[in-house]
Amino acid sequence: MAQEQYPDAALASQPAEPRAARSIKKSGVLWGEFAIKSWLASCSFISIVTTAAIVILLLSETLNFFESVSPREFFFGTTWTPLFEPSSFGVLPLVWGTLIVTIGAALIAIPTGLASAIYLSEYASDRMRSIIKPVLELLAGIPTVVYGYFALTFVTPVLRNVFPDIQVFNALSAAIVVGIMVLPMVATMSDNALRAVPVSLRQGAYALGATSYEVTTRVVVPAGLSGVMASFLLAISRAIGETMAVTLAAGQTPNMSLTMFESIQTMTSYIVQVSLGDTPSGGVAYQTLFAVATLLFAITLVINIISQMILNRFREVYE
Amino acid sequence: MPLTTEQESRHLEKRHRKARIFAIFCAAITWSSVLLLAVLLYQVSIEGFRWLDWQFISSFPSRFPERAGIKSALVGTIWLISLVALISIPVGVSTALYLEEFAGKGKISKIIEVNIANLAGVPSIVYGILGLAIFVRFFALERSLISGALTMSLLILPVIIIASREAIKTVPQGIRNAAYSLGATKWQTTWAHVLPASFPGIMTGVILALSRSIGETAPLIMIGAMTFVAFLPEGPMDSFTAMPIQIYNWVSRPQEEFHELAAAGIIVLLAVLLVMNATAIFIRNRTERRMK
Repeated sequence: MAQEQYPDAALASQPAEPRAARSIKKSGVLWGEFAIKSWLASCSFISIVTTAAIVILLLSETLNFFESVSPREFFFGTTWTPLFEPSSFGVLPLVWGTLIVTIGAALIAIPTGLASAIYLSEYASDRMRSIIKPVLELLAGIPTVVYGYFALTFVTPVLRNVFPDIQVFNALSAAIVVGIMVLPMVATMSDNALRAVPVSLRQGAYALGATSYEVTTRVVVPAGLSGVMASFLLAISRAIGETMAVTLAAGQTPNMSLTMFESIQTMTSYIVQVSLGDTPSGGVAYQTLFAVATLLFAITLVINIISQMILNRFREVYE
Repeated sequence: MPLTTEQESRHLEKRHRKARIFAIFCAAITWSSVLLLAVLLYQVSIEGFRWLDWQFISSFPSRFPERAGIKSALVGTIWLISLVALISIPVGVSTALYLEEFAGKGKISKIIEVNIANLAGVPSIVYGILGLAIFVRFFALERSLISGALTMSLLILPVIIIASREAIKTVPQGIRNAAYSLGATKWQTTWAHVLPASFPGIMTGVILALSRSIGETAPLIMIGAMTFVAFLPEGPMDSFTAMPIQIYNWVSRPQEEFHELAAAGIIVLLAVLLVMNATAIFIRNRTERRMK
């Protein structure tokens, strides 16, 4: 031990501990260290348990559901009337409702979100950014139920002035507010992706005589495309899972109408409708909840995984 | 065939005009989102301000609009958010510390990492179904505050974990090395140096996550938080209502008065959110200045 071999004044002034006491103290520290590490590890396993619980719960109840309803009827049936006689369990109308709201929202959010991202990363001065960025954060932080209120009290009345034959509850109004809702997400994530493109690429293009439009569309956006695409996919996945605004704005009528002027029902708003009523636990009506939720979970999971793959696989790395 | 000078300059002018139009177009689109926020806030305030008074804050919900208030929902939200904070902050920060400081770069930590990223993308209503089946039914916690808080905690855990990890990553390695060289153990280093250094970043993430859970409606509807509650919860096992649920309830009624009440409720909700977000931004700015 260093202390014994080189006695010096500073060390000698400390009370010498017997070797045994020191090793007990040390093992106490190590034991505490181990206990803390175990606690931290068990906390991080909660996320695994949560995922396992979601998957097991959804799958087991869905399998129960498929004992009374054939998968063929569920996936390919075109009538969804599970809560009253004659009951019918074709999920396509709910998928259709979700689809048209999502497409409508994407048509609004993707072009405007990308344009905003381009403005923020390529054109805006620092002062403009410092105004717009917080506004986008605020828009992103507004609860979805507020967007539902906005759809019913503002968007729908405006739409009724333009199209007099539109219903009070309609898919168009839902698509518009969902589009507004996911816009900040597209704008912020795409902005980050575009800003990650090195300035030297822009300078190179400008040096060759390109205009700002050409630099943006042919150099910057293609270079940041993986991040931009990932933001589109995440926005779509959020639009699919969006619940409150769609429930409030689009109504509760499962159908496969081609027009967006009519009331529809999405997968999420069906789940809300069932849970607001007094559905007894057990029974086919209760199980439809899980069957629809499984479908919703599977769709959003696939989209999220694809977007992560795009981010990891196609990321351009610049030095 | 080579272009004449005149053709060339016309071509160049066209390209520059296109670039100018594009720039104006992008700017106009972006500023319209600012306009949109203004319209939304204006719409809410002209509808809601008439109803916003002390009577509204201090009354229970009622069938009569003029007597209805948001008291039980406000108290329910405060209860809920406190319980969520108590559950989700320790668990979330512990997970982040484990992943950043203790776990190796092995397979298990990679699995946990991917798993958390995927959990962050699960629609909130699926968490609601999980809460309904696990907490309300399986553990028989009924439609209580604790069921709601547990469900909401699972929902915001990925957000807290991801934000905390980002904050912990910014702590310079030199701080850890200095502590180790003085003989500190891993946990002593983490507790006394890494955690304080990353604290502001963690707090920002936590506040933003909590403010998300204040506005979440769907999971609470799933676990059956009641929409008509004319009493205040006194403990975690009591049933409750929360502000977004009360707002949903008012918006979904056909009468105009209830829509205005919903607007008043939204003003209260947005005010709470604004205070929380401002706190987060304040903390962020203060630390940025200190870092410089």
